[in-house]
Amino acid sequence: MNLSFFDQFASPSLMGIPLIIIATMFPTLLLIPQDNRWINNRLSTIQSWLLHMITKQLMIPLNKKGHKWSLILMSLMTLLLTINLLGLLPYTFTPTTQLSMNMALAFPLWMATLLTGLRNQPSISLGHLLPEGTPTPLIPALILIETTSLLIRPLALGVRLTANLTAGHLLIQLISTATVALLPIMPTVSILTSLILLLLTILEIAVAMIQAYVFVLLLSLYLQENI
Amino acid sequence: GPLSERRLMDVRLGELPAWLATCDISAQGLLGGVRKAWSSYHDKYINVRRGGPAGISMLLAGYCLLSYGWNYQHI
Repeated sequence: MNLSFFDQFASPSLMGIPLIIIATMFPTLLLIPQDNRWINNRLSTIQSWLLHMITKQLMIPLNKKGHKWSLILMSLMTLLLTINLLGLLPYTFTPTTQLSMNMALAFPLWMATLLTGLRNQPSISLGHLLPEGTPTPLIPALILIETTSLLIRPLALGVRLTANLTAGHLLIQLISTATVALLPIMPTVSILTSLILLLLTILEIAVAMIQAYVFVLLLSLYLQENI
Repeated sequence: GPLSERRLMDVRLGELPAWLATCDISAQGLLGGVRKAWSSYHDKYINVRRGGPAGISMLLAGYCLLSYGWNYQHI
């Protein structure tokens, strides 16, 4: 019985075309292209307002060289946000529940920040491995610990996104199964469970947006240290 | 006007096979057709002055139906 709950994360394919390809390309249809009019239509204005707000929030701490990264970080943010939110609709497939996809997003970008730092300012980047003011006997241990924490960053980025979304989808499926199963037996308990389902759905919408934001925020922080 | 120049909505049901014979079935032709269909949907329902949730919700509902179709064997 437990095995069938994980089936929702396998990408179904029809006539040889797996759904993950459509699910990854569909968000492009939802984004309204921006033409440089003075006053756009309502939907376009809302979209550009949101995008400007998020860009300002993420890019202000970075210096001028870091602002070159704003296009890739914002498009990554938009992609993750739309993919996560679309996954909450019925029967849809969320590509970000696949660890392979999240690692493919996290690892190259983290590596890019690391290599930028090591190439342009190697001593400052290595200097981040030792926090200021540590007592001298602790220095070797601390450098080892900081190196480990540096190397585990891409893994943490990918797994955080995967685990949060997978856990959310699993919980939704479990609780809705319980609600439907309890309906003929104890309707009161079924209504209570459906209240829990409502709260969980609101939580999932929040988690979808927060996880996308956290992913990009951490990448911008790693960039701040290195650029 | 002549059959090959009319759009799909203007073609009568009896003339449909003849119209299909005149249109361009190559990869580029199909892609152009898809692009035209999408831009006409987009301009009619989404790219309007005071748009609301309706245009995008239709798109999302269609996406849900498509996903249901893809998942049908597994349910």
